[in-house]
Amino acid sequence: MYDYTDFDEAFVRSRVAQFRGQVERRLDGSLTEDEFRPLRLMNGLYLQLHAYMLRVAIPYGTINPRQMRQLAMIADRWDKGYGHFTTRQNIQFNWPKLPDVPDILGALADVGMHAIQTSGNCVRNVTADHFAGAAADEIEDPRPYAELLRQWSTDHPEFQFLPRKFKIAITGAPNDRAVTRAHDIGLRMVRNDRGEAGFEVIVGGGLGRTPMIGTTVRDFLPVADLLPYVEAVLSVYNTLGRRDNKYKARIKITVHETGADEIARMIEARFAELRPLFGGADQALLAEIRQAFAPPAFRNAPVDAHEAARAADPVYRAWADTNLAPHRNDQYAIVTISLKAHGATPGDATSDQMRLIADLAETFGHSEIRISHEQNVILPHVHKSDLPALHAALSGARLGTANVGLISDIIACPGMDYCALATARSIPVAQEIATHFEALKLEHDIGPLKIKISGCINACGHHHVGHIGILGLDRAGVENYQITLGGDGSEDAAIGEKTGPGFAYDEIVPAIERILRAYLDLREGPGETFLMAWRRVGMAPFKAALYGEASNRHAA
Amino acid sequence: MSRFTPKVVTANRLIEGDAVYLCADDRWSVHHHEAELIEDEAHAQMRLLHANAQRGVVVGAYLADARPGPNGPEPVHFRERFRTVGPSNYPHGKQADQAHV
Repeated sequence: MYDYTDFDEAFVRSRVAQFRGQVERRLDGSLTEDEFRPLRLMNGLYLQLHAYMLRVAIPYGTINPRQMRQLAMIADRWDKGYGHFTTRQNIQFNWPKLPDVPDILGALADVGMHAIQTSGNCVRNVTADHFAGAAADEIEDPRPYAELLRQWSTDHPEFQFLPRKFKIAITGAPNDRAVTRAHDIGLRMVRNDRGEAGFEVIVGGGLGRTPMIGTTVRDFLPVADLLPYVEAVLSVYNTLGRRDNKYKARIKITVHETGADEIARMIEARFAELRPLFGGADQALLAEIRQAFAPPAFRNAPVDAHEAARAADPVYRAWADTNLAPHRNDQYAIVTISLKAHGATPGDATSDQMRLIADLAETFGHSEIRISHEQNVILPHVHKSDLPALHAALSGARLGTANVGLISDIIACPGMDYCALATARSIPVAQEIATHFEALKLEHDIGPLKIKISGCINACGHHHVGHIGILGLDRAGVENYQITLGGDGSEDAAIGEKTGPGFAYDEIVPAIERILRAYLDLREGPGETFLMAWRRVGMAPFKAALYGEASNRHAA
Repeated sequence: MSRFTPKVVTANRLIEGDAVYLCADDRWSVHHHEAELIEDEAHAQMRLLHANAQRGVVVGAYLADARPGPNGPEPVHFRERFRTVGPSNYPHGKQADQAHV
């Protein structure tokens, strides 16, 4: 993976030193909170319901064992022994104290990490396919491009005060695991007629209070044009984006108000101006960066141990069937380590779990680790002969749950258990859904299903693109949960449809059960997933299951 | 004229970030029931000004609805109730601190 150059190191160290001075001046009274708040937010430090929260970037979800151990150290020394992996491939510490934060940032800098641009109206952490560099369906590893974008966007003087935050996602595979159509810019690698790799550029996707699927402004962008083109998009947005209204400031609104054709024309015009200014330094840098992402030296060895364990051990087989994904080297597998043990907080890992993952990555995974936006941890390169030993080690640490892609593999934002913006809790809803369906033993019967839960309209939990989405709201001083169905975050992205009136906290899990019992009754067989069934039958049967038959007659 | 809903002044501490409540004797307490229950709107504004002036102690002071209870003021809204306890997924925050008292 990419290691910091002297330039990166000096930049991050200088930012730590600046922030140390800012915290000192805040504590001695030289800075007011109004003056200090934008400075702490530039360094990822929020003030939440019960404490400060520090959001640390894990660029494009790639992290090495040394960094993972440092996160564990930080969790033990300055927090409460755990960290929370988020839907944007960040990690959040929920309990730091203000005077300790400069030391925490220093400890991050020691391992080439930082919290810069994890908040504020700037280009945020660039997210990527968590199977990048390993997936069987991949055209090219997207991470060198993501790293190029990270370096370009970090402290970019033109883009530090955008109308609003700006999120870029990138995937090197046609199967979109990075939700590119719901980002400000989505980059999806495709091939043209000549077989060359390039990007489909999608602009103006986003969730939040106005969910929109992005518009393709370029079907095929040659990879060498990436930076000038992205800069053109940002430049047009920076000029047109609305600064008068926070709720209309994201680029999705700009695209909507300007019109897709007109914005594409403006981007192309700006691109024509910018392209000649890129004299090739970006391509030289990209070539250097690429070397840092060279694949590991894959082993060549028999895979009998995996096949034997699969045949002999039903627990191992269940895990292998759900938590492994095809690797481009067929002696290897991509392993998803579930951070969703039934009843656990989605995305949380204890410091002991982090250290174990670091050890296992070194022993079995060519020292590579990824964090997914679905709040799990990935070992992208594991030789199949090592899988049984890996599974045994994971299982001993509550990390061996065989549920990836199933009902208990839920995305949930921190919600009102932590977040100052939340309007309802999300974590306990996720915990109860997971334990409830585990107790019913229906999880594997229901099959592939993505439930996503947000504790407010801002949609950090991606509820709009959940097959079943749950949105927690405050209705007259009581928690209320609205359900959407049929959302999809893949290359066939779709925004879910609201079922109708919401459900109280103690009604939401029974409501989800009614939806899923209806699905089990109406599906054409176990091969028809929930999403496929939804696309075939639509809302009516689920609405009837939720609200009774009368609801559809009234609606008609 | 609508009746004034009683309030407490609440904020987060600058250093620790935890939720605190302004008491009648100007202390900041981590316990909601020790807060001053303010039943007069003009007095509420005065107490909020007092809180906002303590820039080296607390951050983001605001008035939150409260009601009298047997041990002192109680929160009305569930958000404020959560702030008096801590998160529901771990025994962290005030619920842990209070276990030792």
